[in-house]
Amino acid sequence: MTIETQVKQYVAENFLFTDDGYRFSEDASFLEEGIVDSTGVLELVMFVEETFDIAVQDEEIVPENFDSVSCLAAYVRHKLGQPA
Amino acid sequence: MLVQDFLQDSAERFTDKTALICDSQRLTYAEIEALANRMAHALVARGVQRGDRVAVFLPNSVEAVVAIFAILKAAGVFVVVNPTTKRDKLIYILRNCRATALFTSGRNASLAAQVQAAVPSLQFAVLCGRRAAAASVVADTLYAFDDLVRAYPPTRPACPTIDQDLACLIYTSGSTGEPKGVMSGHNNVVFASGSIIQYLDNTSDDIVVNVLPLSFDYGLYQLLMVFRFGGTLVLERSFAYPAAVLKRMESERVTGFPGVPTIFAILLQMDLNPYDLSSLRYLTNTAAALPPSHIVALRQKFPWATLYSMYGLTECKRTLYLLPDQLDKRPGSVGIAIPGTEVWIEDDRGNRVGPGVSGELVIRGSHVMRGYWEDPETTAERYRPGPTPGERILYSGDLFKMDEEGYLYFIARKDDMIKSRGEKVSPKEVENVLYAIDGVVEAAVIGVPDPILGQAIKAFVVVEGVDLTEKDILVHCRAHLESFMVPQYVEFRSGLPKTGSGKIKKTGL
Repeated sequence: MTIETQVKQYVAENFLFTDDGYRFSEDASFLEEGIVDSTGVLELVMFVEETFDIAVQDEEIVPENFDSVSCLAAYVRHKLGQPA
Repeated sequence: MLVQDFLQDSAERFTDKTALICDSQRLTYAEIEALANRMAHALVARGVQRGDRVAVFLPNSVEAVVAIFAILKAAGVFVVVNPTTKRDKLIYILRNCRATALFTSGRNASLAAQVQAAVPSLQFAVLCGRRAAAASVVADTLYAFDDLVRAYPPTRPACPTIDQDLACLIYTSGSTGEPKGVMSGHNNVVFASGSIIQYLDNTSDDIVVNVLPLSFDYGLYQLLMVFRFGGTLVLERSFAYPAAVLKRMESERVTGFPGVPTIFAILLQMDLNPYDLSSLRYLTNTAAALPPSHIVALRQKFPWATLYSMYGLTECKRTLYLLPDQLDKRPGSVGIAIPGTEVWIEDDRGNRVGPGVSGELVIRGSHVMRGYWEDPETTAERYRPGPTPGERILYSGDLFKMDEEGYLYFIARKDDMIKSRGEKVSPKEVENVLYAIDGVVEAAVIGVPDPILGQAIKAFVVVEGVDLTEKDILVHCRAHLESFMVPQYVEFRSGLPKTGSGKIKKTGL
């Protein structure tokens, strides 16, 4: 399963509460589209730490890394040392 | 003085000073004044008349700021609606205040069209942001923000408003479950903002960061106050990305940081060493009390900044503040009446009580607002005749006590209202949404202690005849409630405890 798919599945189940998957584009802004609310960002951080076994630094919790499926996947890949 | 004079006076005194920083945009007072004037002409040309309500359903943004001042300049009354509000409640609010026009995001074009069909008073909507231009083809009563400002001159329109007119309605949760619009006259807003500026010693050198929604009076007043004292407002969409906000605070040399306990709890968990926050002059807390341990920890993290503990309610904006030099002596107090006002405590029989006795906090001053929009009954319960003829004083609904030196301590609310993330949540409103789910026969909502949220929302439901999962319940809640009202916990029960008269007894949960 790709990182994108894992992120989409997590967001759909935990924020959208849907069974029909993630209906937004991979570039859609979580906050602007109301997909994830402001406290939900901290849940996303815990999700990537546990799922991908990475340590997220406070200063890495910025929209550039967390505000869409594609941003988050790119960030996780970077942390894992995988090519983009 | 009128509320729009805050902007107009600063545009004359501090013409080319940066007034607003939002995302990558930086606007001077003159630029905001010109945009608000242009938009005010557009509103008037499309039928907005003196006293008409115009809703602003937008995230914190430049357009929201311009809309607020444009509505005032068009002699209208602005109504800021939380951007996470769902369709049914948005329609309720717009119908309740009989809004004439609506500002919203371009991505909400189809929602705007649906809302227009459901709200007969609504004549048009202004769409903001990237997708606004394309969206304006959805209906001929939808206009793109940018098109409107381009079409009108930057000259200030004539405005018949006087300070007895209403400036805004601020919707707040009511114990009945239906939101109520607190009516603020221009004179109330001018007085309340002046009193707060006085005790915070704000000057035009202050740079204030606002992460709170403008629909929340605490967030709205950051904008109004900064524009009044000619400072700079750094407007953030939220506190979702604390590191990004802290970086912005460092680079903009922010001096004022208003927060609520949830925000401070998050800050206290972070390592702040990577950020230079030495410019910070003050922090303010309100909406709910900070635990004394957090007060100590915050002062250790920001020893160079002053911390103000405050208390207030939308019905009079701000009520009490603690002088920072009293914080060590009485960390549990929220202080004394704000400048130019007075408060006292009354028992159930209406007698004023002295130190050590608990009773309801009663508030007197020009910050006491005009009551609830078109709800004379609830208004009469909370706003009652005062000591001088024609005056009205506010019964807060909160139990307080006072120490020997007159400092006040919050004890509890008289009703069962929940405070989560600093926002008021009506259990009844959440219960009404739960009861709308097929199969839910009983529902009760309470607040439970939570280290970050203050109170987390817990729902108890009794389900009959159908299979419902926690996810089913939450899907429904998310579709109908603002995000801060969605329960964190759902517990299924076979029955709920009842009183002798058959009402659900929450103390047994």
